[in-house]
Order: sequence, then C-alpha cells, then structure tokens
Amino acid sequence: MNIRRFPMTREVSLLVLAYLYVPVLVLVVYSFNANRTATIWSHASLDWYGRILTNPSIQAATVNSLILAFAAAIGATTFALLAALATSRAFPRRGAVEAVLNMPLILPEIVVAVATLMLFVALGVQLGLGAMILAHTAFCIPFAYLPIRARLEGMSRSYEEAAQDLYANRFRTFRRVTLPLLWPGILAGFTLAFVTSLDDFLTSFFLSGPGTTTLPVYIFSAIRAGITPEINAISTVMLVISVLLVSLSFFLSRLRR
Amino acid sequence: MSASPTLRRLGLLTPALATIGLLVGVPLLLMFWISLLQKGGTSGVDWASVPSGANYLRLVWEEDFDGTMIVNTSYLLILLRSVLQAALTTGLCLLFGLPVALWMAGLGRTQRDIMLLLITIPFWTNLLVRNYAWLIILREDGLVAQTVNAVSPFGPVQLLYNDLAVAIGLTYSFLPFMILPLYTVFEKFDWRLLEAAHDLGATRARALRRVVLPIAGPGILAGSLLVFIPCLGAFVTPALLGGGKTLMLGNIIQMQFGASRNWPFGAALSVVLLALMLIVMTSVALLRNRRAK
Amino acid sequence: MKKTLLGLALSALTALPVMAQDSEKTLYFYNWTDYYPVELLARFEKETGIKVILDGFDSNDTLLAKLQSGGAAYDVIVPSDYVIPGLIQDGLLLKIDTHAMPNYAHMKDAFKNPNFDPKHEYSAPYLWGVTGLAYDSAVLGGGEIEHSWKEFFEPRPEFVGKIAELDTASDAVLAASLYLGIPQCTESNDDAKRILELLESAKPNLKMYTSDSTVDRMASGEVSMFHVWNGATARATLQRDTIRFIYPKEGTPMFRDNFAVPANAPHPENAKIFINWMMTPEIAATVSNSIAYGNAMKSDAFLDEKWRKMDAINMPEEYASRLVPTQDCGPAARELRDRIWTRLKG
Repeated sequence: MNIRRFPMTREVSLLVLAYLYVPVLVLVVYSFNANRTATIWSHASLDWYGRILTNPSIQAATVNSLILAFAAAIGATTFALLAALATSRAFPRRGAVEAVLNMPLILPEIVVAVATLMLFVALGVQLGLGAMILAHTAFCIPFAYLPIRARLEGMSRSYEEAAQDLYANRFRTFRRVTLPLLWPGILAGFTLAFVTSLDDFLTSFFLSGPGTTTLPVYIFSAIRAGITPEINAISTVMLVISVLLVSLSFFLSRLRR
Repeated sequence: MSASPTLRRLGLLTPALATIGLLVGVPLLLMFWISLLQKGGTSGVDWASVPSGANYLRLVWEEDFDGTMIVNTSYLLILLRSVLQAALTTGLCLLFGLPVALWMAGLGRTQRDIMLLLITIPFWTNLLVRNYAWLIILREDGLVAQTVNAVSPFGPVQLLYNDLAVAIGLTYSFLPFMILPLYTVFEKFDWRLLEAAHDLGATRARALRRVVLPIAGPGILAGSLLVFIPCLGAFVTPALLGGGKTLMLGNIIQMQFGASRNWPFGAALSVVLLALMLIVMTSVALLRNRRAK
Repeated sequence: MKKTLLGLALSALTALPVMAQDSEKTLYFYNWTDYYPVELLARFEKETGIKVILDGFDSNDTLLAKLQSGGAAYDVIVPSDYVIPGLIQDGLLLKIDTHAMPNYAHMKDAFKNPNFDPKHEYSAPYLWGVTGLAYDSAVLGGGEIEHSWKEFFEPRPEFVGKIAELDTASDAVLAASLYLGIPQCTESNDDAKRILELLESAKPNLKMYTSDSTVDRMASGEVSMFHVWNGATARATLQRDTIRFIYPKEGTPMFRDNFAVPANAPHPENAKIFINWMMTPEIAATVSNSIAYGNAMKSDAFLDEKWRKMDAINMPEEYASRLVPTQDCGPAARELRDRIWTRLKG
C-alpha cells in the first residue's frame, strides 16, 4: 500500500480535469461548426478560420493586441527583473515592498480599471495604445516578478560570490554570471506577462481609443450580437497561442540549473 | 567603489514601485476623493462640488418612493449576496481543490509537472468565451441537461440561470488559484510523518484529519483568499450564467460607470468593495498569526 | 423609378472628387459592433482612397464615456437620436451641415428635420429601429397575440418561464412606463413605485434578463418571447420562421442612429465625404440588406425581398403612430431609474 495515495483523490482529480477541459473542448469543436449561430450545430466546416483571416477588424485587433502585449511585457519584465534583484536579499520592509509589487494581483480589476480611467480623464491623457500600455505594464509586473523571483530564490549565491572573489565588478558579475543563470526565469516571466496582457479585457475596454480595439474588446462587443463560430475560431487561435507560450514559460522556469 | 546597498536597492526598486504607485495607487486615492464628490450633469463628476459622505449614506439610507426616509436594504442584500456567492465558490474550490492537490503531490516529478500545466491552461482562455462554453453545455436541449433530466426524480431541472450555474462558472474560473497554493504546501510535505501516524495505528481518515489538514492550513488560507477576493468583484459570470436576475457588487459598479453615469457613486461602491477585501485579508492575516503561535 | 434612383446615385458619386479632402487619407469610424457591413469599407477606399479604421462600441454609454473623457479622437461616430441634443449642447459635435450635402436629396421626407437636430446641421441618419415584442407563434400553435405590452407584463401561460427581457434599466423602465401610461423620464416617486411594482410582478415569469446573443436565443428556441429590437427579430426569423414581431399599441420605443462628427475629429473633411457617400441610396440599401434595419434613404427599390415581406423590418404604415422617440433622461430621472433597477434585482 502506498502511503502517499489517498482513496478517491485520483477519481476526484480526473473528474476535475474533465470539468476543466470539457468547456475548452466544446469551444474548439464549435469553432468548426458551419452554422452561423454558435450554439446550434449543423455540420463541420473550416469556413470560420478562413473568415477570420479575411476580416479586417479582426486583423487590426490582432495587431493591436500583439503590440500592446509586447510593449507591456517588455516594460513589466524589465521593472520586475530590477525589483527581483533587490528583493532577493533580505532587508527591512521587504514584506511591504513585495505586497505593493503583488497588489495588482489581488485588487479587483474592475476597480483598478475605472480608477485608472478617471485618473487619465482628470489629467487629460489621450486614450489609446499609449494609455493602455502604461496600465497593462503596471498590472503585468507581478506576473513577470513571481517567476523571476522564484528563479533567484533557487539560485545559489556561491557563483556570484566566486565571481566577485575573482575581482569581477558588479556589472560584469551580473552580465556574465547572474543573467545567464536567470534567463529561464526572465523568459518565463515575460511570457506570463505577455499572455496576461493578451487576454485582458476590462482595462483595455475602458482605456482604448481610435483604432486601438484589442481582440478581447472586439470579442466582447461582438458577443452582444451573438457569439458566432467566428468568435470560437479566434478564441481557439488565442488559446493555442496562449497554451504554447504558457507551456514554454513553464518548461523554461523548470529548466535544470 | 559603489553606492551603498540601500541606495542601490532603492534604484532597483523604483521603476516597479513607481509604475504600480502611479498607475494603481494614485488612481485608487483619486477614486476615494471622487467618492466624496457629487455627480455631474452630462459627464461623470462635478469636480467643484463640496466633498461629503452622501454617496456612502445612500448605500444604507434613502428616500423611499413615498417620500419617507427608510433603511435601504437592496445594497446590503447585494453585498450579502456577493459575499455568500464568493463563499460558496471558495467552498466548492476547496472541496475539489484539496483532493487534486493531495493527489498531485503524491505523483512522480514529471507527472506532477504535467498536471500543473494541465490545471493552469484553461485559465488562459478568454473569460467570456469560457462562460459561453458553459452556456452551450448547460442549455436545456444540451447533453448534460438531458442526462440529468432522464435520471432526475424531481422532473425537469433548469441548470442555467440560477445561483448554481453561477457557482459552476465561478469555480471554473478560480479553481487553479486554490489548487496551486495547496499543492505548494503538499509538495514540501514530509511523508514520513504520515508513515509514522500509520505505524502508530492511525486510520487514513484520522491521519488526514490530524496530520495532513493542519499542515495544509496556510495553503487553505492563501487559496481561499485568492478565490474569495476576485469573486467579490466578478460580474461577467453572474450576468451570463445567472440570467441577470440578480445583481452582484461588480454589476452595480459597472452600471454606475455605464448607463447611470454616476461616477462618484460608482467610486463609493468600489471603495466599499476594497474595504470588504481589506477586512477579509486582515482577518486572514490575524488567523495566520494565531496559528503560528 | 429605379433608373432615376441609379442616375441620382451615379451623379452623387461623380460629385465626390469635387469635395475637399484631408491631406491624410484616413478615417476613424466608431460604430456599434456588428452594425456595419465591413465589405463596404473596401469599396469606399477604392472609390475615394480614404482608408477607414473601424472600432466597435456596445452601447451609447460606452460612446459617451469615450467622448466625454475627451481623450479619444474619432472622425465619425454613430450616436442614437436621444443623446444628440446633449452632445450638441456640450459642444462635442462638429457642425457638418448635412442639409447641404449632395446626397441629402435622397433622404425620405419623414426623416428630414428631426426633433433632435431640427435643421440637420450636426447629424445624418444611418439606421433606425424599434424595441418591441418578439414571440414564437409555434408556442400558440400558430396563433397570434394582441399588439400590447399586456402580453409581456401579464403573459399567457404558454410563455411563462420562457420570456426574456433586455438587461438594460432604460428599456425595461420605458416599456413599463408606456404600459402604465407614465411619461418617459418621470421624476415622480409615485410613478417610480408603480413601475417597480409592475416590473416585480413580471419578474417571476422571466427566464432571464439579457442583451446579448439576442438572435441566437430566439433562433434556437431558448426563449419564446423577447422584449427586443426588430432587426434582431428579423435575423432570428430567417432561421426560425415562426417568429413574429409586434409593435405594441401603447407605444413602441423607436431609436434612430445617426452619423455625427466629434468636435475634435482629426479628419473632418474625410468624415463629410464618408457621410455623404453613406447617404447614397444603393449604399444605404446594402447596409439594410446586411444588417436588417431600415435606413432613411429612398432605397426601397434595392431592398431584399426577404426583408420586404417581414413586418419586423418593413413596418406596416398604420403602426407609424405607435412609434415613440426615446428621450435622454436627466440626472434625477436616471437616478430614479437606477433605484428601481437596484430594488428590482436587489
């Protein structure tokens, strides 16, 4: 008898996996539905994937989403990396600093989104890609920070110390020793921040301006008229991209040191 | 040769802290200020109005349609309902999350990693679309409803547009937040403790209750917090799967920034939501400290 | 008849190059989502060289929030009739003198000089529609219902539990007001109380409040009665031909969506070219055929047969007197509406 196995946990886990994946499966299957009404199945077809390739609104929204996610993820990862280098060593008030860094994770997004809108309106900031990049950078920081911090945590200080014993200066140590070791954590953080920004709806909804509709905002407004297999098809594409990136980030953060 | 460690640390922390401070902290402060103002004519806020607590008073106290002042119970009810819905979701997440985390911790390393990935993937799909998938699954002429109705002793059952449907949808969205912290705790668990309990003749149930659950405490607290708080502000799922018959805190906040065009009242509601969160987090922190002693 | 129309359309098109253009050949167009046939944008670009960038919004409130924030510079927007006076008053719209545009001649007389923009200085009509009652006649074995809000507020037993209501306070309160004979945008507490009582009594009969997937929900038979827009009903009827639409006799709320140009538009000349082009009868008809709402142009000759035979789109003339224009309520009425809604769902 294996002491690590509790009865029923396996059954419950498989049930939970089914619960998690049935909706995803339904979503993907219905993207191949020929019927315009997403909830009524008629027969299989690839039309909707062709449609999303030719729909200019979707193309524009995809480009916007990608620009936004890249910019926000680069900003968030850079800031998070710097912060993680500081917080990896103990210092007074480290707990408070980390709480602030993780604040965007626990605050209800609707509250932050409307508060940011009010600030931008009060300051007369032009709504659009610039405003969205600023806001996305802020809430992506914890997503980039956590994997980098975890990687630093597990990293032995002895390499850095050895380098410094050999009279390498701080910058050189960082570039030649810390950075290469930290690289998987940085990439993991970047991809998590990227996917978080890519999937965000609320903040983009309140802050978007002319020509800056993102995919999630497009999907939200389109659903008002009825969810079509076209939306399922975009979602499937987004899902595949997200899964690839998350898996990449996952394996990077787990690379043997 | 180089700046003091404190200065260096400050330099490293400034970009991240300043970004979050300016784009999250300052907006929240501004929101608090706006919650004390009055709404404007066509636009959201009358910036020149005298600050007062009127928006907060309106939450509990209002003029009835017949002119008398009465205690307004609708906002309190909405608040209570949001809290209950969040609590129900947290409970469901715990009920299903605990066995999963326990099972995962007992697996080999590769299997564990794959499970971790499998648990997090659905979280990255678009929230709206995920909810729509549930709509397809639970609809009356769908497979699930037909199966349930075929075996149901109470006649046809309506699966959609009720609190249960909302709970299913919310649990779906937040389950990973419960499983991950629990798993982190169990991963570090020293299984020899369990062997010892077993050798001393403890049954599995007893070992679970006396050895495993106390150790899972911090994970349960962290997970519950991560599920409970975002649930309080949820509004897409209640609107879609609940049939829009009842309002949640998130819905009335969004309403104030939409059709009602009453930003100060929306700000006041947001402040209430934040206060509620703060209360929950403080009590969790207190609970944790007491356990630690 | 057809020939004259075509002639007019062609002359209007050839008149285009004469109009002034902005140096940058771009146009930011902010319209309701899924409310414009995107194929037309390619055609417009081919004819004028102006590239249109289309963004979508989901409600007048979203549009207003973007305009009032002052931070979003669109060239052409599509506000509903009732928000236009407020926009003009706040100085948020540019004077475009629609009445002087070449294609203004094609407008049906009934749409000229509307109350919300009496001289047609700031806006040009796009599409119009009504919010009425759709029902599936199959539920009654092909039977018909009375043209009254009574059928919604005191439904026949066949419909109980299968009724949907739009999830917007303004639509629900307006329908109740019309049924009770209470003026729109009432600021009276007594009226509010009666409205709330009516809505509360109707709530148990409802399956849901929803404003999305309206077409799907009717077409799939998920709901059998829907307080909803005529265009959505028409599109659902194509998939389920037993669906009928009624214009309630107590008053049927009408919305008229219009093109307008924001005061801070970066490309106002391009905007005017676009608006004039959209008033070409054949183009207007292309929109109606695709979106299933009526337009304001003399374009009936180009309208698809499938829409022409549907009451939901081709409103029988005798119902015209039932139409009630939607008003923009003041802050007091909005707050009262908000309280009714919160209590109803609290």
